[in-house]
Amino acid sequence: MRTVRDSGPVPGRRVLKLGPLAWTFRPRIVLVPVVGAVLLVLVAAVNIGKGSSHIEVLDVLRTLFGGGDRRENGIIFDLRLPRTLAGVLVGAAFGLAGAIFQTVTRNPLASPDILGITWGAGVGAVALIVLGGTRGQVSGVVAELGVPLAALAGGIVAGLLLYALSWRRGIDGYRLVLVGIGLSAVSYNVVYWLLTVGDVDDATRATTWLVGNLNGVGWESIGPVALALALLVPATLMCAHTMGGLQFGDDTARGLGIRVDAARATLLLLAAALVAVATAAAGPITFVALATPQIALRLARTPQPPLAGSMVLGALLVVGADLAVRTFAPNLPVGVLTSVLGAPYLIYLFVRSRKGVRA
Amino acid sequence: MATPLAARPSAGHGRSRGGRLRARRITGLAGLLGLLVVVSALSLAYGAHAVPLDAVWRALTDPAGGEHDIIVRSLRGPRTVVGILAGIALGVGGALMQGHTRNPIADPGLLGVNQGAAFAIVLAVVVFGVQGIHGFIWFGFAGALVAAVVVFLLGAVGGRGSTPVTLALAGAAVSALLYGLISAIVLGNQQGMETYRFWHVGSIAGRDFAVAGQIAPFLVVGLLLALANTPGLNALALGEDVATALGRDVRRTRILGILAITLLVGAAVSACGPIAFVGLIVPHLARAVTGPDYRWLVPFAGLIGAILLLAADVLARLVSADRLEVGIMLAIVGAPVFIVLVRRKGLARL
Repeated sequence: MRTVRDSGPVPGRRVLKLGPLAWTFRPRIVLVPVVGAVLLVLVAAVNIGKGSSHIEVLDVLRTLFGGGDRRENGIIFDLRLPRTLAGVLVGAAFGLAGAIFQTVTRNPLASPDILGITWGAGVGAVALIVLGGTRGQVSGVVAELGVPLAALAGGIVAGLLLYALSWRRGIDGYRLVLVGIGLSAVSYNVVYWLLTVGDVDDATRATTWLVGNLNGVGWESIGPVALALALLVPATLMCAHTMGGLQFGDDTARGLGIRVDAARATLLLLAAALVAVATAAAGPITFVALATPQIALRLARTPQPPLAGSMVLGALLVVGADLAVRTFAPNLPVGVLTSVLGAPYLIYLFVRSRKGVRA
Repeated sequence: MATPLAARPSAGHGRSRGGRLRARRITGLAGLLGLLVVVSALSLAYGAHAVPLDAVWRALTDPAGGEHDIIVRSLRGPRTVVGILAGIALGVGGALMQGHTRNPIADPGLLGVNQGAAFAIVLAVVVFGVQGIHGFIWFGFAGALVAAVVVFLLGAVGGRGSTPVTLALAGAAVSALLYGLISAIVLGNQQGMETYRFWHVGSIAGRDFAVAGQIAPFLVVGLLLALANTPGLNALALGEDVATALGRDVRRTRILGILAITLLVGAAVSACGPIAFVGLIVPHLARAVTGPDYRWLVPFAGLIGAILLLAADVLARLVSADRLEVGIMLAIVGAPVFIVLVRRKGLARL
């Protein structure tokens, strides 16, 4: 018994023991989030320093850690930090949600953009912006809390519908994807109908929002996202151990003592909620949820997307894309860049999986 | 193709079954023509301001220039004609796509052909400043062609032929890419935005007879190619190998099909914007009446497409006085049909 444990469950890997707990020691699982976080701080600092009055990276870092003068504090904390912070939070939420979706459906192509969750959240948010806007009811507190809540409701309804409609004596990964494509089509068209109902200012605002945008994100929209993430991330991580079993397929997972359907439904709803909250803050920044788990998986060399790595890389991707867009095409929202880069990546993954390479 | 084979073994029984099928097809065709006339009349009569049917008839036969005559002849007339043309084009285009991919969920909207045409047209209008449909229709064709070829190739990559899942995913990926590119172009341009948001959802409102006249020649050529394509499609339904063994030139059939799809979808998108789900639903309705013979299925699909598009437009007008575009109406009705199709056991190949 002892010898088995000492040689470890994975050949060639050392075992890490702490009291009754034991892990296989995989340095890359730790290394990827740590290196990612360091990069994230640097990219975020560059992004914060960028603007009408340029601030050097080191000054930004010094100010962030509490050593700035009044002018620097004013510019950074009041004006620039919300945008980057929103990018970090939203990216982390998308990355984590994508990792959950891909693990639970055992399909690297499953992402909330394709499955209709993002557009479902969009229906909720745009309905409130456009319908409320024309009647002049959305302002103040209602606008701050109402849009995220409406998006949350839309995303969760879409998630429930997705689950219910794909259900047929169990959930098949591919049926889920196809039903999701159908749901996306419905919600996408409802969103566009709402856009044509509204006046053109609302519509332009809503369209910018629809491709995912960090312009003009202020502290007031950070609050709800941060709150929701503070609740949802621990909840998700607590369910994470069941995800390890779900990757082996339904029968094996049942054999391992996992209540497969309950676990899967819970995880999908949590992921849908994460996506919806992030979407409410910055719009559907597409393909972050698709690409980051796959990148994290390849960097960490794990069999399924690592949760912490996906979160950090998601944040890094969104802030990096925001920086790139601001540098090279200041008028465009960040979502345009992620979708123009992400869609070919989806095509690449798709071709790979078709060619029989393990994806 | 199927009929003689079925009729030969047991003469009496087989012939009566074949005869019944033919009778059903002919009655169906007559019924559909009648239905199209009824729907067209409704489309002329109903809207924000209802025109009595006898006034519609007078406006068509003996116009005197009154209010009703203007509404019928210059507002609802062109709209109805454009609706019929686009419906025929999308229905036939959908039937051809389902035939060539042998895939029950093929549709120009789902497979990104619409988005391809839309992207090329947005590029033409916003970037190159092309004015008018006769200018950008060529961009529409080019976009539809490229998107169709790319999606078909992607769907079949890996040499195992396309399945519903691979095609739908390839279509979703290509659509997403094109959507991102369209957003990038349109968002930098307020005027482009204003035209785009009405055109994008698919609408037949506000089109005049000139639009119908400009797309009609392409539609006629596309329809002729489609009809010429049907015997080949019947053979392809048995698989490429069998089709080759039966003496069909598979490559020629495929090229003919892609040309027809490009012309039909490109013209429809140029006139109405990307309307999805007509091409998905219609072939299934048609197949229920005609059976799998594409020589009958294609004309049926055209008629049903026209009826469906016009009916959806009339319904949209009645529900919300021109604020609900027909493309959205069709998607909201059509996407559930798609979900029913993918829930069906086995999701059989055609």
